[in-house]
Amino acid sequence: MHPVSDKAAIVGIGQTPFSKGLGRSEYDMAVEAIFGACDDAGISPREIDGLVRFDMETTDEENLLAVLGNPVIRYQASTSWGGGGSASVLVHAAVAIAAGMADTVLVYRSRARGKKSVFGKDSKLGGRFWERMDPMLPGMNQWHVPHGLVTPFQEMAMITRRHMLDYGTTEDQLAEVAVAFRQHAMRNPNAVMRQPMTIQDHHDSRFIAEPLRLFDCNIETDGAVALIVTRAERARDLPQTPALIHAVALATGSHHGRLSTMFGRDWDQHGAARSGHQIWERSGLRPSEIDAFFCYDFFTSFVIIALEEYGFCPRGEGGAFVEDGGLLWEGGRLPTNTHGGQLSEAFIHGVNNHLEAVRQIRGTSTSQVPGAELVLSVGANSDPTGAVILRKGP
Amino acid sequence: MSDLRESVITQTRPLPQPGLDNVEFYEAAKRGELRFQRCSDCGAWRHYPRPACPECQSRNFSWELASGRGRVFTWAIVHGPTLPAFRDELPYNVVDVLLDEGVHFQSQVLDCPPDEIYAEMPVEAVFVPASEDITLVKFRRR
Ligand SMILES: [Zn+2]
Repeated sequence: MHPVSDKAAIVGIGQTPFSKGLGRSEYDMAVEAIFGACDDAGISPREIDGLVRFDMETTDEENLLAVLGNPVIRYQASTSWGGGGSASVLVHAAVAIAAGMADTVLVYRSRARGKKSVFGKDSKLGGRFWERMDPMLPGMNQWHVPHGLVTPFQEMAMITRRHMLDYGTTEDQLAEVAVAFRQHAMRNPNAVMRQPMTIQDHHDSRFIAEPLRLFDCNIETDGAVALIVTRAERARDLPQTPALIHAVALATGSHHGRLSTMFGRDWDQHGAARSGHQIWERSGLRPSEIDAFFCYDFFTSFVIIALEEYGFCPRGEGGAFVEDGGLLWEGGRLPTNTHGGQLSEAFIHGVNNHLEAVRQIRGTSTSQVPGAELVLSVGANSDPTGAVILRKGP
Repeated sequence: MSDLRESVITQTRPLPQPGLDNVEFYEAAKRGELRFQRCSDCGAWRHYPRPACPECQSRNFSWELASGRGRVFTWAIVHGPTLPAFRDELPYNVVDVLLDEGVHFQSQVLDCPPDEIYAEMPVEAVFVPASEDITLVKFRRR
């Protein structure tokens, strides 16, 4: 048994409403989600003694800790680069608890990405980071931004095209992902996008960066989510059914902002493929034992790629896997993103996926998989990334 | 609020800021040469510029002249959103070229309508001055 296995559990979840435009600060939204998670866990914010966040989080520690009542923080960490870190935050929390570094760890993400949520020049708050490029680019952006290859979705379009060339992945298969997650969102009152969507609706949506269309891309929203992670023994005394962190993985590989390196390597050298290898080795489980999958669905094609990377199907067969409602909560091959994900619920950098993973373990999803006891939740597969398997606790 | 949103957006066309690890690339491009680092020990070409060889970890290298010839490995057609400086060109192509030397390079194919690009399309480098100091490496069909 891996030393981190089942030592920590998610015992509280909280969130703000999700919207295309709340017009609230990331600080304010974070506080609402954090207090909600503490209430759900039945603890006081002052009991938090560990903090793990994204390195892109904008609220500084003093501002954050002051409103929690200035608790004594014994462990803090931040995870690298964007959505790749979305599962890594839970990995760090579990490792800290297993090592005795902290007892009760806060994990959260707050994101003002909607159109009303831009707060002025030189502010890092709100809006799209790619709209704020340095006029002279010193870092990795210098190799592609000057050619008009500016945004992640343009990079992802090139990777998607390559998957189509290598494996024959089709636009119909991309559409299957969007339609399945929309069906889940339509059952979820928290979801931002709840209008019905057909395969044809997907094909009729405009190209953003061909081959990706509007309905292949995550929505842009405001909102915050938070999770409370604590010792498994303590979790038994708290009100909610514990979601034990049963297995963890962290990996790095290729990065979508470093396409020359990524395209020079085999798909199996990507971080997510390495993370997938680790998670099965550490857990001793097989993909067929997983009741529901939560993957970072920033783009439909990357769900297909993640299914391959995490071993739910052989490399190149992710497209066929999603056909005929393969990801639907009911009747699918593998219930995936049963809340609607980043494509249809909200784009809280993948961390809202973990809340749904916890709801599946608790039996409280609006698209509940009967008897769900083991779920896999993973970070974005084109960055430094990670994965957790959650198990229903006693 | 919509004015605020527009006010934070980069309006100019961003250009590379050469640094200590890569200034040779930009100096070569200004002379109309495509040069990449090549390992003096194992012979592997590399891009991005790095102080050691990813294949054998040797720190010995030189900046060698590349053929400038390659093939389109993958591409996207950008329909927007994108930065304001590129909006007039929408829809435009962005490509990854696999050069004959074995390195991947992102750029654009000039004078090529979106629906005429295909995988493995043969291309060659052309040099497009973008400022006094910076010349961008683009491609055209061959
Ligand atoms: Zn070498």
